[in-house]
Amino acid sequence: HTHLNYKLGLTLQNRTSEALTPAAAARDEFQEELVIRPLHSGDIYASFQFRTLWDTDFLQEGQKVSHYRLFPKSLGQVLSKFSVRELHISFTQGFWRTMQWGQPFIPSPPGAELWVWFHDTVSDVDGNWKELTNVLSGIFCASLNFIDLTNTVQPSASFKPLGLGNATDHRFLRYATLPREIVCTENLTPWKKLLPCGSKAGLAVLLKSEKLFHSSFHSQAVHIRPVCQDEQCTSKAWELRQTLNVVFDLYTAGQGKKEWSLFKMFSRTLTEACPLATSSKVYVDITDNPELSPATPLLSQAVVLGDRRTYSVFDLTRAETFGQLRSLNLLLRWKGDGEMLRPLLHAERYVAGFGLQTGEIHTVIYNNHPYRAFPVLLMDSVPWYLQLYIHTLTVTSKSRDNKPSYIHYQPAKDRHRPHLLEMLIQLPPHSMTEVTVQFERALLKWTEYTPDPNHGFYVGSSVVSALVPSMVAMNTNFTQDQPLFSSFVPVKEESSYFVRVYTEPLLVNLPTPDFSMPYNVICLTCTVVAVGYGSFYNLLTRTFQVDEPSLPLAKRLANLIRRIRGVPLLT
Amino acid sequence: MPEKQRGRYAALAIAAVVIVVGIPLWWKTTETYRAWLPFSEISELDSLQLQLSVDIEVVFSRGTLTPEQQKKFPLSHVNEKEHQVDAKTGLRYKYETRYRTATIMEEDALNQPTAAEADLSLHMLSESSCGSVVVYVIPESSTLLPEVRFRAFVYFYILKSLLKLIMLIPAVYFQDVKVYVGQRRTALLRSPPFKTSWNLKEVLSNLDVEVEQVVSTMSFGHQDIVAALSNRVRMTKVTKESMADSMRAIKSSPGYEITFSLLNPDPKSHSLHWDIEGAVQSYIQPLLNKLAPIANFSVDSQILYYAVLGVNPRFDNSVSAYTLSADSLSHVINPVEARLGSNAASSNPVLNFLLYVPDAHHSPLFIRDHSKREVPSNAFHSPRWGGIMVYNVNEMYGPEAERPVDININMAKVMGVFLAQLRLMLGVQHTHPPTGFVLQSPGSAGLADWELDRLLWSRSVENIATASTTITSLAQLLDQIGNIVINDNIAQQVSSAVTSLQSAVAELEAGNLAFALQYSREAILASERAFFDPSLLHLLYFPDDQKFAIYIPLFLPMCVPIVLSLLKIVSEAKKRRADKQAKSD
Repeated sequence: HTHLNYKLGLTLQNRTSEALTPAAAARDEFQEELVIRPLHSGDIYASFQFRTLWDTDFLQEGQKVSHYRLFPKSLGQVLSKFSVRELHISFTQGFWRTMQWGQPFIPSPPGAELWVWFHDTVSDVDGNWKELTNVLSGIFCASLNFIDLTNTVQPSASFKPLGLGNATDHRFLRYATLPREIVCTENLTPWKKLLPCGSKAGLAVLLKSEKLFHSSFHSQAVHIRPVCQDEQCTSKAWELRQTLNVVFDLYTAGQGKKEWSLFKMFSRTLTEACPLATSSKVYVDITDNPELSPATPLLSQAVVLGDRRTYSVFDLTRAETFGQLRSLNLLLRWKGDGEMLRPLLHAERYVAGFGLQTGEIHTVIYNNHPYRAFPVLLMDSVPWYLQLYIHTLTVTSKSRDNKPSYIHYQPAKDRHRPHLLEMLIQLPPHSMTEVTVQFERALLKWTEYTPDPNHGFYVGSSVVSALVPSMVAMNTNFTQDQPLFSSFVPVKEESSYFVRVYTEPLLVNLPTPDFSMPYNVICLTCTVVAVGYGSFYNLLTRTFQVDEPSLPLAKRLANLIRRIRGVPLLT
Repeated sequence: MPEKQRGRYAALAIAAVVIVVGIPLWWKTTETYRAWLPFSEISELDSLQLQLSVDIEVVFSRGTLTPEQQKKFPLSHVNEKEHQVDAKTGLRYKYETRYRTATIMEEDALNQPTAAEADLSLHMLSESSCGSVVVYVIPESSTLLPEVRFRAFVYFYILKSLLKLIMLIPAVYFQDVKVYVGQRRTALLRSPPFKTSWNLKEVLSNLDVEVEQVVSTMSFGHQDIVAALSNRVRMTKVTKESMADSMRAIKSSPGYEITFSLLNPDPKSHSLHWDIEGAVQSYIQPLLNKLAPIANFSVDSQILYYAVLGVNPRFDNSVSAYTLSADSLSHVINPVEARLGSNAASSNPVLNFLLYVPDAHHSPLFIRDHSKREVPSNAFHSPRWGGIMVYNVNEMYGPEAERPVDININMAKVMGVFLAQLRLMLGVQHTHPPTGFVLQSPGSAGLADWELDRLLWSRSVENIATASTTITSLAQLLDQIGNIVINDNIAQQVSSAVTSLQSAVAELEAGNLAFALQYSREAILASERAFFDPSLLHLLYFPDDQKFAIYIPLFLPMCVPIVLSLLKIVSEAKKRRADKQAKSD
């Protein structure tokens, strides 16, 4: 009665045509890149960047983006649901030592940092922000859900959008850090899952957590922003940049030899590019002329962070890169005796004072440029339980008062919002500028303490943003590789570069009570009440009677003897 | 002795102050806030009496009745059936049947050459309301039905043990066609041979059996309704099949996320292109539009590279292909699921549909059922989770083809399978029509009106059952644990859930199916929101004995003197009375 092998999809049969439309031209592309830079301290800095570009618009009215190819679906849904214009999130373990390592390609503060520009159609920014942090904490397996209004600020000048569109209304910006956040494998795994090739192919095969977290510094980040699709900038594209920066301490681990290989660092070698990537490259910084094998004829020069660097380039999309062994294991040996370029801008911070009542936050900013002064933006977000005395704010450079040209201060509200202090300070050349402000420690409610209150409370890094004059522009006497006619007036775009420097987070002790206190208080109060009540009660209910005065003890003893003797008693 | 008297009064006064002021003050300051809840109405909901009312219209066309019989029209008749499902749940079905003769326009419509066309023109004449059924009785000699049997296919699914492998099997019935069920809410019924000597009553009672069959096909059967009550009722009397149906279908929810994922484990060899946007638009969206009253649906898709199945397929020499046996299918999903990712933007349940293109070294890959035969659709589904289809591409290119090979996926083939699986997941029950029934295939909408009605009936009942269980168990919980704080918003949610539930039950009784579903959805939303409110979970519940241990330093020194002095006063009073008695004696 039935025909078993009938064709499928019967109900649809009459509506389908066998001729299929050719696949729509891929509108998204993926690039991957690894930069390796030997540091003067003997450490190795490896910086991965994965970039997905998709010419679609998440914020389009009415039309929902719902079909994903290379762009991760989870992030795309977040963008369109919360009308996010720009999203920057970073997770960092360890502190970037600017004075030893120079400037990082992408700076990030210890712990977790999240800053988001919302689209200006959003009406309830705080509500969106709260929900967004919850969703992101799910995506990245992090405690971002601890971001709430008490640690969120709206910087007025320090965090401008990096992508298209010149939004200036900082009501749509939210910035928060969690300096205490500990970054580990559980954050790396979801981060890797966002890559189209996962950790199965391409550069991401190197990302093995047992090596990555055995390092001096580890930072992973996701940056999403709208960018121009072409040079004319007729339409918008969305860029997702996943970056991972790691500093390996191979110098001390490798018996003081300044040499490394990919295999030593990651315990893997490269065998192929991610087949979905349009470009897949490894750059090795060879400015200080290290010995590199295998050698590559491809060289590239770039001015990075105000410094002219030379890189060897390995293109993984070409088969000859991998040679006979079909695997690429870079080997580098270097002396490392060259002079390190001193970072022009550097900042540090500490807390001073004694006792548990008051203290003082010191922020020290160094301008190491020999003859140029430049302005910096300092942003400080201090939790409400450190009550800042803003009248004690002093800024001194070269032991002279240095009046900031712009101050934006938003005082804290207890349990509602933190202090926000933003200042534009002019740094004199070759100077040290010190910003101090005094604070008083607040007493918290007993439920507001963390589970280990004696560890102390973290205060997020302060952020120093500046346009720093370029070293390349400073160097007026180089004639080696540039003709004279080109080097009299420094080229504009190379004359300064943007730098963001994060200081150390602070760890502040707050007066910590004994946590068995509530029970003690109850017991003590009850006892006091009971004692008071007891005497009161006695006083009210006791009846007083005139009592016959009793004989003194000597007389009573005498009476006792007298009774035995049968002599009349004494009275 | 006035002094002694004064002390006595003072002790009594202090005892009175402690009892009248102190204890209520202590009680008031330490009690938890508990807003008022409609406990009595909730306990009424605990025993649920549902009445389902169906409007049935039986229309006699020309030539089925004698003029004598027609004179008594229009006529109506109410038929009620009661079932006691368990001690606390009762069902009553009320069939309100109206009989009339066909109008001239309807006669015209019935004169169309085919049943499908007749169905369409009848639909154009008047649109019947949601949940109602119209049965046209046509003469025995009518040519409408026999032709139909070659056009309409009945499709049903063969279920194989736990992992239900789907096969769509068209079947043509060669029995005599008695009833044709169209795409809307009408059915054509071939009139059984009436004796002209019968009076109308006999004619109608003769029709009753057939009409009842039509109604239970087109609106609901008792088994489906009982299966929908599975949240309240322990299953004993339900057939295995309707149980399987209700277990396969995803639970009622205000919204669903449907995710299509293309798994490409081998992007080096295959560069896959699927026109998912167009396919969703033409195959899935019509069905979802139709289902809009039930829930909100959102559809998205993604491509996952290097995603592999959890089991290694076995190579079968006899067919020179890799095979997955039905036993190993249960291990396939878990490893893949880690890659799928949850929907970040909503908390609605997700239905996953995966299209797996095996890598070049493991293809072709075929799924085999328990009897070791290849499953023609090469797909399987997992209840309440979604479906997986294996799509072999090895025949589309030769061995010399340049890698990666560009491959366009035939979306018609894929979507046919996914659509069938989606219908199962959404609980569009496959009906087992009695012999002699022909069901028109749902056409481009993917769902006939009466199928939607069936879904609405069972979903309404399921929602009511779920919401009432949630609310009663919440009330029970709050009643049992006196320490839980009940905020005003929880009380508000509970009472709105209760009112929505009552309205849903009332609408169901009145036969307004669409409103009943609407209210039942509101009820379920409000009840879940109340049940899962985080404020109920504050960890502030100390056991009573510990609480009193803390109060002992206060209570003991306060109460002991009071009690002692009261005892003293009582004993003195007793003594005085005894003295007095002795004196008077």
